[in-house]
Amino acid sequence: MRALDRKLFRDLVRLWPQSLAVALVMACGVATLLMAIGASRSLDETRSAYYERYRFGDVFASATRAPMSVAAVIAGIDGVAAVDARVSVRAVLDLDDMAEPGSAVINSLPPGNQPAVNALFLREGRFPEPGTNEAVVSDNFAKAHRFTLGSTFRAIIDGAKTRLTIVGTVLSPEYVYALGPGDMMPDDRRFGTVWMAESTLAPLAGLEGAFNSLGLRLIPGAAASVIVEKIDDLLNAYGGDGAYLRKDQLSNAFLDGELTQLRGMAFIIPPIFLLVSAFLINMILSRLIALEREQIGLLKALGYSRVQVLWHYLKLVLVVTAVGILIGIVAGNWLGTGMTRMYSEFYSFPFLIFRRDPDTYLIAAGVTLAAAIVGAARAMGAAFALPAAVAMRPPTPPVYRRMLGGMLARFNPFSQLTTMAIRDMGRHPVRTGISILGTSFAVGLFTIAMGSMDSVVFMMDAIFFRTDRQDATLMFSSARPPSALAAVGHLPGVLRAEPNLWVPVRVTNGQYSRQLTISGRSADADLSRILDLDLKPIVLPESGLVIGDRVASTLHVRPGDLVEVEIMVGQRLSAAIPVTQIIQSYIGMMLFMPIDELSRLAWGGPRISSVNLQIDPAEIGAFYRAVKETPQVGSLALQANSRQRFAETMQTNMNTMLVVYLVLSVVISFGVVYNSARIQLSERARELATLRVLGFGRREVSNVLLIELATIVALAQPAGWAFGYLLGLIVTSSLSSDLFRVPFIIEPDTFAAASLVVAAAAVVSALVVRRRIDRFDLVQVLKTRE
Amino acid sequence: MAGEPVFQISRLAKVYRTGDVEVHALRGVDAVLSGGELDVMLGPSGSGKSTLLNILGGLDTASSGDVLFRGRNLAGLSERELTLYRRNHVGFVFQFYNLIPSLTARENVALVTEIAANPMRPEEALEMVGLQDRLSHFPAQMSGGEQQRVAIARAIAKRPEILLCDEPTGALDSKTGVLVLEALARTNRELGTTTAIITHNDAIKEMADRVFYFYDGQISQVVANQRRVDAASVRW
Repeated sequence: MRALDRKLFRDLVRLWPQSLAVALVMACGVATLLMAIGASRSLDETRSAYYERYRFGDVFASATRAPMSVAAVIAGIDGVAAVDARVSVRAVLDLDDMAEPGSAVINSLPPGNQPAVNALFLREGRFPEPGTNEAVVSDNFAKAHRFTLGSTFRAIIDGAKTRLTIVGTVLSPEYVYALGPGDMMPDDRRFGTVWMAESTLAPLAGLEGAFNSLGLRLIPGAAASVIVEKIDDLLNAYGGDGAYLRKDQLSNAFLDGELTQLRGMAFIIPPIFLLVSAFLINMILSRLIALEREQIGLLKALGYSRVQVLWHYLKLVLVVTAVGILIGIVAGNWLGTGMTRMYSEFYSFPFLIFRRDPDTYLIAAGVTLAAAIVGAARAMGAAFALPAAVAMRPPTPPVYRRMLGGMLARFNPFSQLTTMAIRDMGRHPVRTGISILGTSFAVGLFTIAMGSMDSVVFMMDAIFFRTDRQDATLMFSSARPPSALAAVGHLPGVLRAEPNLWVPVRVTNGQYSRQLTISGRSADADLSRILDLDLKPIVLPESGLVIGDRVASTLHVRPGDLVEVEIMVGQRLSAAIPVTQIIQSYIGMMLFMPIDELSRLAWGGPRISSVNLQIDPAEIGAFYRAVKETPQVGSLALQANSRQRFAETMQTNMNTMLVVYLVLSVVISFGVVYNSARIQLSERARELATLRVLGFGRREVSNVLLIELATIVALAQPAGWAFGYLLGLIVTSSLSSDLFRVPFIIEPDTFAAASLVVAAAAVVSALVVRRRIDRFDLVQVLKTRE
Repeated sequence: MAGEPVFQISRLAKVYRTGDVEVHALRGVDAVLSGGELDVMLGPSGSGKSTLLNILGGLDTASSGDVLFRGRNLAGLSERELTLYRRNHVGFVFQFYNLIPSLTARENVALVTEIAANPMRPEEALEMVGLQDRLSHFPAQMSGGEQQRVAIARAIAKRPEILLCDEPTGALDSKTGVLVLEALARTNRELGTTTAIITHNDAIKEMADRVFYFYDGQISQVVANQRRVDAASVRW
């Protein structure tokens, strides 16, 4: 080993705690980057491959009942590559291992079994034989009930209870994220997807020779919007409620949300770590070079070139960076695998492609290295430029100036020790600023992580406890006369029943037009309420439309505006309806109208399509049994179940997130505070030893350092809160979609928790450094000349 | 108090171990320093002067032997007691001043007066060393001689019983050095502080009551001056 490299090696050994702290910060950056990029690519890739291989549809449509001949016409539209016209019905399930009724979507399979669009992945068994009650079911549903091939269950299809035999389990690209009708959370136990031979299902659903659900594949480059219009025109006469594109397909939209979140993570979290590691390298290297000023002069005097000196220090940075990258890669792969496992729980893919591209690693290593070099640049520039003769002389003593026009000197409320700490911070404004900023990142990171939880909790609280407060929603397979409400009201255990009518419409305001669904409500509805922008419940005006904020902004509508509403069912009337109020909605694209007015418009007379229920918990069993025996029920959503599932999921997620972000924040705060303390200690060892000599005790002397660190940590808090707030705002707004909007909420405890975590990490790192002050060799420190 | 023994040093030894090497810095030193004396300690590098001074000042502890400060054995003191000993009884002056760069002259002195039992005012101490006009200057704004005089003012402001000076003029030219020596002599005279000055500089011995010659960890000779020369007339 060459002499200079031996010096490097010993420097590293001496500086190991500081170097490791930096390497760990870098490792967090690398790991989170690898995880986020790796996971988003894997998910993206898996999804694309799955969609491609299993022919996921580009356009979807439904109708009440359309003859098969229409499907042939649609297949002939220019740009359409394939059409699958099928029967799709909702069903209530009567499952032996469950008191509450389950719900299912049952789709038909064409002769030959594999549909041209939305093909199935057969995990086990075989496809159903035509003319039998055989069915294939979604794999997760089968697992949730421990169904094996040959197991049977009962489904109420269009009023008739039918026993189905499972002959296979499948996965479908349509149900990667499988949300039951009316459900807020996926529940594999309560909701399943089922496929049966068309020849069996169509007669059961009363749709022989007809279809009510359509999936299309388009030729690449086809004009999707034109095709959608043509389909709408064709299906108009058959109760078509508007075709939509893949991006609005429920399962796909959820995957899109997940991808947006992952990509956002890649752009937000790793840069924080890289920035902090650049700060730290700058701090440590500047100090090292200041300490080794005379050695640098000597090396140059001995004939080492400036580039050789530069390279020497660069190698130090490179070694630390390499360690950071290595740890990061190991941690990133581990986290990535964990993430993949999480996907396989939440999403049902037949396979998972975990992408580990060399370029991901290259990007992670490259940006980390770049950050390190940027951080080192200033200090290395100083070493490079230092002339040998100057370097051999001791540096000029630090010049302190009076701050605030000498205020501190004339009127000083502080002790001399505090004055020392304050002046020292003032003398290193850049370093102090960087330390504050670095620590504030730790606060911010924790704030935003926990704040996003707050936001979701707030949103779900608003939905479950302030908006949709019903215990269950009973949905009919088609709109019913009001007598159905009375019938439901007489089911056992029902305390309160409120009607609802869902009508698909196209709403147009000038150039802006969207296919939406209007919910008709009665004015006295109290279970499912409509909340204004301040989340206060409103009473639905006697006429006119009340619309969600997202709808208002999409259609550029203000209260008082008239919009064109084209009803997509019944008599397909159009009407100009005034918008009376804009309300808060976190989910979907909500529009509300008085149920009477909507019924009249759509059906010419009173109709209901679902009933919100409050149920007596004591009679819940009887209620479930009754629902299972009620033929008209299309499906049943159980908000109470959703609430519980949501709470459970949140608890698990919260704990995982808490641990992950706790570690990340602690690594940053420890890295910043520890390094900043070590550097101060190195610069001020003589000063602090002098204080000891003058008769100050250990505690008093460490206080000089601790005051400075405490000030840095204290100033970092508000900065961190602001930083977390800002990032949180960006993150939540990037997550907004037609599907759901996360309100931006950070609870005060979150700020407090972030501050506590960071302060605790800071206290521990300060105590570690304090031990060094306690072990000062006074004589040794005083002998050396700065 | 004058004339009474302040330090009674007997069989004092100090061994440093660095790796496998043992360095015998002090090899059985016996001496008595009396109240109000100004003593100069002369000797080559490594002869044990600084080690003795550090032990007397409570910065270091002896390997064996005793140092009695007014009858109290320093060897038995805890870390905390040593801190209090330094705080209340000892003033230090170092070759490289050891001022706190972030504090002004007045504040450097106040550093000590804030924790001492019976201090003088910082202004008073600075006046004694002739720096009444430099109160608000930071160390970087003062010459070496001025900085050393601030260090002396800081050392005497607590009215210490002993003043220990390790090469106080080592970093100064002769003219500035003399100003520093004058300040030390004045303190010794006016406050009656027992003063020990370590130096390489032979010329300084003229101003001492007694001169201790060090050689190889021992006191080789003690010479009492019949007459102390005024610090102002010391030249080198």
